[in-house]
Amino acid sequence: MRHLVSTRLWHWINLIAIVILFMSGLNISNAHPYLYWGNWGFAPEQAWLAVPRFPGWMTIPDFYSLAKARDWHLLMALPFAFGLLFVWIAMLWNGHFRRDLATRKREWRWRAIKADVVQHLRFDFGHEGGKYNFLQKLAYGSVFGVLLPGMILTGLAISPGMEATLWWLVDLLGGRQSARSIHFLFAWAIFGFFVLHVALLLLTGPIGHLRAMTLGGDHEPTNPPFARPRHENGDSA
Amino acid sequence: MSILMKRRSVLLGSGALMLGACSKVHDSKAGESLFGAVDDWHKGLQRSLTARNALAPEFAPEDISPFFRGNGSTDPQNDGYPQHVAEGFANWRFTVGGLVERPLSLTLDQIMRLPQRTQITRHDCVEGWSAIGQWTGPQLSTFLDLARVRDAAKFIVFRCADDYTQGRYYESVDMVDAFHPQTIIAHRLNGEPLPVRNGAPLRARVERQLGYKHAKYLTGVEAVASLDDIGLGKGGYWEDHGGYQWYAGM
Repeated sequence: MRHLVSTRLWHWINLIAIVILFMSGLNISNAHPYLYWGNWGFAPEQAWLAVPRFPGWMTIPDFYSLAKARDWHLLMALPFAFGLLFVWIAMLWNGHFRRDLATRKREWRWRAIKADVVQHLRFDFGHEGGKYNFLQKLAYGSVFGVLLPGMILTGLAISPGMEATLWWLVDLLGGRQSARSIHFLFAWAIFGFFVLHVALLLLTGPIGHLRAMTLGGDHEPTNPPFARPRHENGDSA
Repeated sequence: MSILMKRRSVLLGSGALMLGACSKVHDSKAGESLFGAVDDWHKGLQRSLTARNALAPEFAPEDISPFFRGNGSTDPQNDGYPQHVAEGFANWRFTVGGLVERPLSLTLDQIMRLPQRTQITRHDCVEGWSAIGQWTGPQLSTFLDLARVRDAAKFIVFRCADDYTQGRYYESVDMVDAFHPQTIIAHRLNGEPLPVRNGAPLRARVERQLGYKHAKYLTGVEAVASLDDIGLGKGGYWEDHGGYQWYAGM
């Protein structure tokens, strides 16, 4: 498989943006570590979640500063949002989305999904034919289609300057404090994806992955030594 | 292989460096002007997507939150403010000065005889919490028209009565927000005179920005051409001393 230059460029810019957004976001969370549903909420007794205080090593800057964390957050929000817009246009334009990411109807059959799950549990990551298997498409699809745009939409919804225009979006999300809660939950879901993403790369030949995502060129993921493919000859279908 | 290993180390190393360097970047001169520019970009983007007089959502009476939290100064003790509280603000004056043709000094009674606007809006603190309240008071534009603000004026500075550790609170908005229909000088909250914790007797409402722009304990407004000579020049107490963004629409 081969990554297009638009994908590679966006991938690294987005990584920098997301790391800084996440870590400055945890600093911002420390300013008022309570989450609410609905439009208003200002005291612990109204909160559905009292968020733990995030220590300095998890935050940007590495000490509590709402002002500086907001500076970093608002700076990186721009390459993050416009980068996602760019990569979506590129994916639709160059066929990457239709060819590699969109799922086919036959992939949604229970037997096919089960086979895919079993194959993953055997640490067997070889796939015949398409670039990505069903679980990968599902993961990338949720990130590209739900989590990343969700962060931008909930971020806009909690901005009072946008609400005169985007009041319908705030309503749709269930109110400003609901939007803020979703912003927080999605951030951790993206962190969860990040952990899984890095773990799977480490299992399937990290050097090759890094080279392919940086320099381009052909690359096939390799199975870890403890993988148990169903058939020795690789015919796992 | 070794070149690739090096590439990876460079990548990871630069990542670590980047995170470690964040504070240094932030405090440098270039960093400061970059973050100033970012505030301007967000303002530009938001303003380009929002009509000049588009209204922040207004809510129904049943949406009002059971309590309106006070933040920042909630009980000023400096310069005779407690005396004004004891007198029921009978001797409070609200001035309109600076670049105006007719400076004003108004009592609360005079202010209450001006045309009033009542709005139920949500207050969003920079920390993240929100509360909904009903505010009543004249539009800021009413005062500015009465005083005949000059064309040279580019900002309206809110003058306040409460002292913080590093000086008197103040805030400012540009003419877009100063003349916005929902920008009012409120003297009532939920139908009652403004409580001390929420800025008695007068506070600004700037509904399309975060809470720290809504200056409390107002003694007046001042029309100015530039913010450079006000305070430390960044347009507000928290902008000067806490590093907050001047434009607080996000």
